[in-house]
Amino acid sequence: MKMKRIIAAIVFCLVPLVTLGAGGGVAPMSANTDLTNTKSLQNGARVFVNYCMGCHSIEFMRYSRLADDLGLDQDLVAEHLMFTTDTIGDPMTIAMEADDASGWFGVPPPDLSVIARARGVDWLYTYLTTFYADADPARPFGVNNLMFPDVGMPHVLWPLQGVQRYVKVDRPADVESERIQKIEPDDKGFKVTTALHVKDGPTVHVTDMLEVSMPGSMQPAEFRKTVRDLVNFLDYVGEPAKVTRFKAGYWAIILLAVFALIARALYKDYWRDVH
Amino acid sequence: MKGMLTGLLTWTDARFPLSKLWNEHLAKYYAPKNFNFWYFFGSLALLMLVIQIVSGIWLTMFYKPSAAEAFASVEYIMREVPMGWFIRYMHSTGASFFFLVVYLHMFRGLMYGSYKNPRELLWVIGMLIYLCMMVEGFFGYLLPWGQMSYWGAQVIISLFGALPFGIGEPLTLWIRGDYVVADATLNRFFALHVAAVPLALLALVGAHVMALHEVGSNNPDGIEIKKNKDANGIPMDGIPFHPYYTVKDIWGVAVCLILFAAVLFFAPTFFGYFIEQPNFVPANPLKTPEHIAPVWYFTPYYAILRAIPDKLTGVILMFASVLVFFILPWLDRNPIKSIRYRGTLFRLLLGSFVVVFIVLGYLGTQAPTAGGSELGFRLGEIYFSFFLIMWLYTKERTASFNYTVLGIVAVLFLFFDVIRFDSEKATLMLTSSVLVIGYYVVFVLGSMYTKLNEPKPVPERVT
Repeated sequence: MKMKRIIAAIVFCLVPLVTLGAGGGVAPMSANTDLTNTKSLQNGARVFVNYCMGCHSIEFMRYSRLADDLGLDQDLVAEHLMFTTDTIGDPMTIAMEADDASGWFGVPPPDLSVIARARGVDWLYTYLTTFYADADPARPFGVNNLMFPDVGMPHVLWPLQGVQRYVKVDRPADVESERIQKIEPDDKGFKVTTALHVKDGPTVHVTDMLEVSMPGSMQPAEFRKTVRDLVNFLDYVGEPAKVTRFKAGYWAIILLAVFALIARALYKDYWRDVH
Repeated sequence: MKGMLTGLLTWTDARFPLSKLWNEHLAKYYAPKNFNFWYFFGSLALLMLVIQIVSGIWLTMFYKPSAAEAFASVEYIMREVPMGWFIRYMHSTGASFFFLVVYLHMFRGLMYGSYKNPRELLWVIGMLIYLCMMVEGFFGYLLPWGQMSYWGAQVIISLFGALPFGIGEPLTLWIRGDYVVADATLNRFFALHVAAVPLALLALVGAHVMALHEVGSNNPDGIEIKKNKDANGIPMDGIPFHPYYTVKDIWGVAVCLILFAAVLFFAPTFFGYFIEQPNFVPANPLKTPEHIAPVWYFTPYYAILRAIPDKLTGVILMFASVLVFFILPWLDRNPIKSIRYRGTLFRLLLGSFVVVFIVLGYLGTQAPTAGGSELGFRLGEIYFSFFLIMWLYTKERTASFNYTVLGIVAVLFLFFDVIRFDSEKATLMLTSSVLVIGYYVVFVLGSMYTKLNEPKPVPERVT
């Protein structure tokens, strides 16, 4: 009875903690990444170096650590991933100057060492897959994004994904506001379920599409897998010790549990004579 | 060998009160035999203090307190220092666990009346420790130099700017050492975080333990065990702290460490509550984050601050909501200490206070909304009302006394609603007022017209 009350009290204390407010904006898709999948991490590293590292550094990461953790040969890393002037122990910095970048993009492209920790893998995955063509002359690179409207970044992965078109179904005349509720992968691109708030009327749900209108070198499913690998890699870069941490955690808890059993036996033994 | 050790002890005892201290504080310190679950948290708080100091010392070996290097040095600890991630997570998880444990420790005090005569000073010293912890947490949170570190500090320091008579602005400037939170601020916060406040904390913890051992521990029955002593002057319901409670507390420590390890290894950010996500973006004085929220252990007070439209009043009431605990021993002077013998209404009163505290804490983590602010305001009223009712329940009050108090409160709260009246929120204000009215109906009228507040007989000896 007493124990039940205590458990109830603890659970009760935790309730507001788990009903975590995810914040405003569009709910991202699940990235479904796996840090133990070395192949995926290796592919992610390759995509990152080829497509992202022109503008984004990961300066808290060293090439040597990357090689060791991802099971890559250091010579291979030197040959394929590094600039010729780098040595294997160097951090993964870039040559672009922040001042120049500000002029070109409005803001300097941020360092991505801990971006997966700041944004979360799901957000990154959805962001990188939901660029679409936007003819608005105010959009400098001709694209916009579902997760990050009016973002300054161009759609760097377009040679892989192709260009998506935002195909919207017809709206009723008096729509006051609309909000994207769900994004789901589809054979042609993505299904975008949107809630329309009609003035003085019920909320209507419509399904728009992000449709690949100009194909890239990959099919949508293949592209999604590539982005998943890339995001997986960024997750690894965000906390290289994460897998070690999980492994150590099981041992720590097993050891502490053994200690707890011994401590409890000791306590019960000492307390036999207390009435 | 044994002779040598005994000799060494005799030699030491002649020069330092080693055996005396050991006996007074452990082997011959008699604690009530009926401590329950809630009595683990004192020793666990000590455990957390030790964890924080030890992990903190290691962190200072690698951390760089400068605006240019702080963020990178934390990542350096996370990546390049062997086991650095472990030390860092130990410290960040430890901070939240320290507060969690201390909140449960304080709740224990509220339940069993541990702040009452003769333990008023013990409670006050404990409150000073709590204040020091808050200050320590606030300074420490700036050090990783992320966006939330930076803007959290900016917001909290700016609160002092609300002080009147022209002292506000100069005071914030003096605290920051610059016109915005900057390198100078980081440096001094580091000094205060690693030297000044920990010294004060240690001294206060020492004083807390000494005061405790002077008056003796309370217990779940709220009965003074010193009133029933045997022929040798030993409390009949007491057992020596060592070995009985040392072995029991080791068991408590083990369970606590399992939970601690579960968070440290598997959810060190605790879903953004122990380490907030925006704190992985380096501090940027030119870019305000969308939503600034302090860490969870400050949010109940932050919710009170935010619920009040006038900044200065909000600041005053926020500080008041922390400081009011100091005078609790003089508000609640009901001779019955333990919740076990104080009647149903007292249980409800304390239970509702816990709910209010948690809901306020939740509101403080959320982005402000009209409904949230209104709820925060009403819960703020109930928060302070708790202390009023504690005072009211000190003894049997006459009907006219109760009605006078109700009248004063009604006028006061109505006055608040008039000065903050907003025609757009009229319905909201009216609806939410039901909470406060219901609260007073239950706890004041309930104590007058029902038997729910009648105490139960207190036994002679602990059960």
